[in-house]
Order: sequence, then C-alpha cells, then structure tokens
Amino acid sequence: MTLDIAKISDFVMGDAQADRVVPPTGFTATLTLFSAAAMAFLAVFALALSLAAGRLADRWGDELARTSTIRISSPDGQMAAQTEAALRVLQTTKGVASARALDAEEQRALLEPWFGPDLPVDTLPIPQLIEVVEEGDGYDAQGLRLRLSAEVPGAVLDDHTRWRRPLERAANRLRLLGWVSMGLIGAATAAMITLAANAALAANAQVISVLRLVGARDDYIANAFVRRFTLRALTGAAIGAVAGVIGVLLLPSAEAGGGFLTGLGFQGWHWIWPFFIPVLAAGVAFAATRGAALRTLREMQ
Amino acid sequence: MIELDNVAYSYGGGELLSEISLKLAPGSFHFLTGPSGAGKTTLLKLCYGALMPTAGDVRLFDADVRGMERDDIAMVRRRVGVVHQDCQFLDHLSVSDNIALPLMVSGQDLLREDANLKELIGWVGLKSRSDALPPELSGGERQRAALARAIIMSPDVILADEPTGNVDWEMSQRLLRLLIELNRMGKTIMIATHDLALIRAAKAHVQARVLRISNRRLQLAGADL
Repeated sequence: MTLDIAKISDFVMGDAQADRVVPPTGFTATLTLFSAAAMAFLAVFALALSLAAGRLADRWGDELARTSTIRISSPDGQMAAQTEAALRVLQTTKGVASARALDAEEQRALLEPWFGPDLPVDTLPIPQLIEVVEEGDGYDAQGLRLRLSAEVPGAVLDDHTRWRRPLERAANRLRLLGWVSMGLIGAATAAMITLAANAALAANAQVISVLRLVGARDDYIANAFVRRFTLRALTGAAIGAVAGVIGVLLLPSAEAGGGFLTGLGFQGWHWIWPFFIPVLAAGVAFAATRGAALRTLREMQ
Repeated sequence: MIELDNVAYSYGGGELLSEISLKLAPGSFHFLTGPSGAGKTTLLKLCYGALMPTAGDVRLFDADVRGMERDDIAMVRRRVGVVHQDCQFLDHLSVSDNIALPLMVSGQDLLREDANLKELIGWVGLKSRSDALPPELSGGERQRAALARAIIMSPDVILADEPTGNVDWEMSQRLLRLLIELNRMGKTIMIATHDLALIRAAKAHVQARVLRISNRRLQLAGADL
C-alpha cells in the first residue's frame, strides 16, 4: 500500500466550496473536539504505562536473568574459608562469567533501606553474599547446587527465578494492559465519532437530499462530513496529547524515588510516540466517519 | 433522452402508477396534469432516477436506470434540472450560493463561472436578492431561484414540479415565460401542474403536449386544453 501524498494534501487543504455545503454544527463540533482531546490525554498515559512496563519487563527479564546470588551462612571462623571454596567452585563452573564476594560496604548498602545507615555489619551474623554473573547459555543450576552442597555446605544458590519470574510476568501483563487500553481508547474514539457523525448526517438529511438533487456524488457528500470530523479529531487529539505529555513531564522524576511509578514516562526516542496519537486519532476519525457516511448514504437511497 | 416503457410504480402495497409509457424527445415541451395525489411527482421522480420502477423500463440518456450506480444517477442529475414545488434550498447559504450549488458539487471553479452566474441571477430577476438567505425570499423569488439553480449547468432537460403552486398569477406568467424561453433555446421541458389556466396560457406561445394521469395511467389530455 502506498500513501498518495497529493490526495492527503488535497484532503487536509480541503475545498473551501465543499466545506460550506454542510452547515456548521457547533454542539457536535465541541463534543467531538472534547472527546478526542480526552481520549488522546488518556492514550498518552496508557502509552507511558505500556512503555514503562515494557522497560521493567525487559530489565527483569534480561539484566536480572544474567545474575544470581550465593548466600553463605557458617560459623564466624569458617566464613572466609567457605567463601574461598565457593569462589573456587564458581571459577570452574561452565557458564559463569565472573563471581565476586560482596564487601561489607556493599552488604551494608543492601540492608540500609530496612535498618538505616549506621548498621554495624561486622558485629551481626550476616551471611556472606557472592554475586555471580552468567555468560552464554548460563550455568547448570542443579549441578552447581549439588557441587556447592558437597564442597561448601553453608552455601545456598539463589538464581532469582523464584521472585523474578512473577515480576517479569506481572510487568509483561502490565505492558499488555497498556496496549489493550490503547486499543480500547481507539475503539471508544471510533464509536464516539461514529455516533457524532451519524447524528450530524441525520440532522443534515435535508442537506444531503438537496446535494443529491443537484448531482452530488456520494464521495463528495461523504467527504464534506469526513474532512470536518477528521480535522476536529486531529485538533482535539493534538490538544489532548500535548496536555498528556505535560502531565507526564510533571510526574516526579525517577531519581527522586526510584520506584516503578516514578519511572512512568517516556525515555529517549520514546518521546516521539505521543506525537503519533493525533495522527492515529485522525485516522480513526477518517475511517469511522467515512464508514458511517457511506453506510448512511446507501440507506438513504 | 428520457424514455419510460410500460412502467409501474408501487408503494406500500398499492400501485401508484401503471402502464406508463412516455418519451421526452429533445426540445419538446410537456405538461403533466391530474388531480392532487394522482402521481405527478412520482412520475417526475422516475424521470430523474430518484425512484426506481417496480415494473417496466426507464431509460435515462440511453442507459437503463436499473443498471445505474448511485454515481451514474448523480451524473444524470447534472443533465436534468429539477425545480421542486418546495424549492429545497440550503438555508445557511445565500441565494447566489444556492444557485451555484450544482457548479460546486461538480467541482467547477466558481470564480471562472462568476460572470455566467451573475448573468443568470439577473435573467431570473434576483440581482438585488443574491446575498439574501432563502428564508428571506418570497414564494416567487424562491421559485425563480430554484429555476436558476436547475438551469445553471445548462441541462438538456428541465423537470418542474408545480413551479407556480405558491405564486400569484403575474409571477406564474413570469416563470412560464422563462421556461418557454428555455425551450426555445432547445431545452426539453416537462411541467407537472394542476393549474389548467397556466397550461392554456402556455399553449398560446408554445407547442406543448399535455398529458394527464388518470386512474394510475397516463393519457393525452383532450382538446379542451
């Protein structure tokens, strides 16, 4: 399918003569404008939600999937020896890119959100953590567990699967929910514009009858309505999308809290997406009005 | 040009017209008469494709109306000027724009046609009323504006449905003179009317065939007309 730029340009520029044949309808014009603006505003947030959930799912799916943790619990005197033993096992394990024991500072940082900044890690019986980074297809978790249980009795392997999978699944569902919301918003926009177009066509039955009497083709009559509704939807959606983008910009930044909600927004080139919403709304309005107009004209034969 | 062969038209279970055969030759002048409700308007509508016959054949400019798409019928309407009794204007457009409506819908450049439009508005005597809105016009002015709109595309055929129904005698004579003048220019005219005085007045100036609808059938009117 190719876009006929000349046709699109003619449609946008319009025909001043044709535009005048349908009387201006102030009330439906305002309603269409408002509906398109409200829907575009909601669409911006649905899009932001979907993209943010996508980023989250990707991060949980990719980055966390490449790391795992070994926790070593043992009496004080054996902690260093067991840590060394575990690192030796990991060095000879296929699929492990690197492994390192977290130092006291890093372990304190991990506990800080729960116990505060002055936690005396040295005096508490805290397990030693080893961060394992995978490579290639990863390691054989079952085999590694067996080796660790034989050589480092106090070591427990946590490959994050237990908590990562549900979170990843939740993020993917959230992303899907965002896209479903976008679809529903589009469908609702189409439904509202169809209703408004039908109302306008019914209110202008006499106009249509006169236009037919003087030799107007269906395309000419339909275009007079289609162009009007498409431009209203485009204008309304542009206003709504700009308002939505401003709303997203006004959300607290990710640095302030670091949570998912504060990351709700657009990043990098994703900022371009909201600007497609008015074009999409115009496309939906074009299709909905044209369908309604041609159907009505067929029925009015 | 326009030909009806053994046409019938039914609506709501009842037959309104039956065994109608009619041929409108180029340059001919016809009156269609009969009592109110006899089917004059229905017959006119069959002549420009606004209604489809339930039986028989209607040929518009050598094409069978049943085989026509809606766009084909739109093209026929550009060759047939129609004047309705209620005129049918777009009330939000000026008289001048209403008259120019057939030009607009056929995509013609109004600026290029401006001189012709002004000449036509002057010919029907509406020069001083061209910027008025249709509801501001009198009955006679409305009929003249409707006539101007019907002929602006220089159609081959003009069909007028009770064009003098809402005007006084003087105005009806003025409209009749305009229609006779158009006939002399070669246009085919058919006027549906129950105004026998108008028909008698016309026959003094033009050779017209008078057809009467009676009992759903079309017949030539008697010598009394």
